Amino acid sequence: MRPTRTDLTQQSTRGGIGASTLRPDGGLKVTGEFAYASDLWHEDMLWGHTLRSPHAHARIVSLDTAEALATPGVHAVLTHADLPAATRYGLEVQDAPVLADGVVRHHGEPVALVAADHPETARRAAAKIKAVYEQLPVVTDEKSATAPGAPLLHPARADKHAPHVPHPNVVHCQPVVRGDVEAARARAHAVVTGDYEVGMQDQAFLGPESGLAVPAEDGGVDLYIATQWLHADLRQIAPVLGLPEDKVRMTLSGVGGAFGGREDLSMQAHACLLALRTGRPVKMVYNRFESFFGHVHRHPARLHYEHGADRDGGLLFVRCRIVLDGGAYTSSSPSVVGNAASLAVGPYACDNVDVEALALYTNNPPCGAMRGFGAVQACFAYEAQMDRLAAELGLDPVEFRRRNAVSQGSVMPTGQVIDAPAPVAELLRRVKALPLPPERQWETAGGSADLRALPGGVSNTSHGEGVVRGVGYAVGIKNVGFSEGFDDYSTARVRLESVAGEPVATVRTAMAEVGQGGVTVHAQIARTELGVAEVTLQPADTRMGSAGSTSASRQTYVTGGAIKAACEAVRERVLELGRAKFGTYHPAWATAELLLEGGKIVTDGGEVLAGLADVLDGEEPVEAERVWRHRPTEPFDLRSGQGQGHVQYSFAAHRAVVEVDTELGLVKVVELACAQDVGKALNPLSVVGQIHGATTQGLGLAVMEEIAVDPATGLVRNPSFTDYLIPTVLDTPAMPVDILELADAHAPYGLRGVGEAPTLSATPAVVAAVRQATGLPLRRVPLRPEHLTGTDVPA
Amino acid sequence: MRVNVTVNGRPRQADDVWEGESLLYLLRERLGLPGSKNACEQGECGSCTVRLDGVPVCACLVAAGQAHGRDVVTVEGLAARAGAAEGHLSPVQQAFVDAGAVQCGFCTPGLLVAADDLLERDPDPSDADIREALSGNLCRCTGYEKILDAVRLAAARTARSGQGA
Repeated sequence: MRPTRTDLTQQSTRGGIGASTLRPDGGLKVTGEFAYASDLWHEDMLWGHTLRSPHAHARIVSLDTAEALATPGVHAVLTHADLPAATRYGLEVQDAPVLADGVVRHHGEPVALVAADHPETARRAAAKIKAVYEQLPVVTDEKSATAPGAPLLHPARADKHAPHVPHPNVVHCQPVVRGDVEAARARAHAVVTGDYEVGMQDQAFLGPESGLAVPAEDGGVDLYIATQWLHADLRQIAPVLGLPEDKVRMTLSGVGGAFGGREDLSMQAHACLLALRTGRPVKMVYNRFESFFGHVHRHPARLHYEHGADRDGGLLFVRCRIVLDGGAYTSSSPSVVGNAASLAVGPYACDNVDVEALALYTNNPPCGAMRGFGAVQACFAYEAQMDRLAAELGLDPVEFRRRNAVSQGSVMPTGQVIDAPAPVAELLRRVKALPLPPERQWETAGGSADLRALPGGVSNTSHGEGVVRGVGYAVGIKNVGFSEGFDDYSTARVRLESVAGEPVATVRTAMAEVGQGGVTVHAQIARTELGVAEVTLQPADTRMGSAGSTSASRQTYVTGGAIKAACEAVRERVLELGRAKFGTYHPAWATAELLLEGGKIVTDGGEVLAGLADVLDGEEPVEAERVWRHRPTEPFDLRSGQGQGHVQYSFAAHRAVVEVDTELGLVKVVELACAQDVGKALNPLSVVGQIHGATTQGLGLAVMEEIAVDPATGLVRNPSFTDYLIPTVLDTPAMPVDILELADAHAPYGLRGVGEAPTLSATPAVVAAVRQATGLPLRRVPLRPEHLTGTDVPA
Repeated sequence: MRVNVTVNGRPRQADDVWEGESLLYLLRERLGLPGSKNACEQGECGSCTVRLDGVPVCACLVAAGQAHGRDVVTVEGLAARAGAAEGHLSPVQQAFVDAGAVQCGFCTPGLLVAADDLLERDPDPSDADIREALSGNLCRCTGYEKILDAVRLAAARTARSGQGA
């Protein structure tokens, strides 16, 4: 293989927890040396390509691969008939075909694979595969999916949700019921009802799906891959290859972002199948067009909400129904449903709740994990409702929220008591207290207009005429870690040794670094716990135990917890060694409260007992491996939704300031301020980076991002960055961040997962601001100009 | 076909280049320079930005043959071009690391080339100028705030060192 560097062994950074230590991989990433999965190269490698379905639902009448296979340079063409073992895979339910098995159920479903000596040869050969389809009727929404005689996506389904769903095209349905909504409604002073809709958002990570599979002499395969969870991939890939897991050796390559879109398999099994068939290394890299078909998206949703309050602004009841479109296969839809249901009311105390959330099977693209995971859709709707209810009561929207905000000790609709700080009112107070950006900020000193600061920008659509400012607020609640009884653990191995007279720690986990900076904070934890400056992080691979997924804002918490535990075990052993070597020199060796600091063993009073290197010198390296779990959770009751379902909650609030060209319907977000409680900021610079990134993705959902799927055909209409827009630097405003650190006593260092909560509240805050500017109800995101100008033509 | 191109100051040659290949493919797959990134291959994301005879272009939109006989600078050449010692970074590269402008890093090479071009043209750009210059480069992780910080930092450091401070 070409010498590549994904190792993080360079030593640019020295800080412990709480410091804004710089990324250990930053140097490699700015020189272009960091090896992403799509950068891999191997002598003799072939290129894999995927033929995908042009239809959303069709029977495959015939597949003729002869001409493709005869193309010079082509080494293999595989279809469903060539699969050696398991033919389906999936995160929660194994229902996704590795290659279509006679039926395609969504646009872009993989049908055949080609391996060739040049990527263009592979593409052209794939185009020569003669696939004959007989189109079938499509179901694309709740009405069509549950109509009498509707085609069933999975008529023979036998998953654990099948017995309790109201219709076989419903993946999972989760009610949450508490109190007496009817009685509360009868005494409500104000009631507001609304229907809301959230479009299909894409993760749009920049590094495309890619990897390199290298066949091994033992009949196994080595896979270098960009993923969010090596071991979950392994569990799905090995059965498809018909190999034991120890013959599928996976190593993490550089990952160019993820945001949930790499939780499901994409090309992993395909590349391995081609490599094993051809006996040659096979690289697969999606281009952007294919990437839009190569991973699941955020569930689009339709939400019906009814809120009622008493005369004093106390929230009396919430009733809602959330319908998520899961698309053709299960992916993580059941867990998304669980989140949507359990977080449907938001960060508000309410004794009377009647929630139902469900996901559908349709012929739309499969949907699954994306940052915010079921909580995003609900937050858009409940925050719109809170604004409307405040208006109905004549209350300030922030004051109304503060009156109803949860706090430590509040009971969630699931019956779970929030047993850690929940400073929702304080977060709102903080974003509201920030100074507002100056009015008419586009005016230059000379009295002209800087177009770049106006809605429409350099399109020169306005010099300020017709531009109206609006300010909006929102707050959200997100769970941290895997919920509903999932055995959510991580594994870490830590070694401490003396190298050239210096104590050096080595940390090994299988955590997927996807850009979030887990590698930075994990090294910081080891520095803090072991009191050393020098920490080496080893590459992540499946020879190490599972670290769990890089998702659900969990890696600092869970893998961080595992590293901390392993460090504690190493420290105990080092102290034993120290006592054996030097224990007779000082009575303090006999005390329990010894610390490792600055490369030395010290008393809690700061007295130095020995240098770590002196203790370790001449000894075998001290090594410990630990598996670490957070507090257990339990499933939600299938009828009542009651249960201790979540590990931890995280909260963020936003204030959005927008300027709207009301004549053309163009929105400029001027500022998007965030306040978030992070428990403990292990790396403040990285925490702010997470908040900025999450906020920007929320902004994107508010004003531009949507995969457009034709409701009549189920076909994706905009699989490109030309037509699926994500925010550029011109679309993204100043984002002041205010961080609270209220420790959660149950979490390592009191930390709280940070990566997702701001994704929730950014979207409704922006839309609330646009509502204030325009006076329009705006029940759907993303907002389009036609929604603001009254020129929207119903489809 | 054969393509001769000067990359980061070195004459390079590639044989058997298929006419449909892009400059990006030439760099990444034939010349062993994968620093320029393949995020969209549609000319929309800017992650493959290189300088072609000094002008920033999306390498995915330039045919390999169009680069024949011309001069290309990629992210791999930025440090040497800035006169940085072996193993050291250019001011703009160092500023991206220091400001926290790098998360997944996939957009970073293109942004660095674009920022380098901006600072060469305008050593003291306003925020609006920075935003305009970087508007062709998508980043999905950072929300751009730290990228703006990095460009400001690089400009300030270069100004200071230029004054001999």
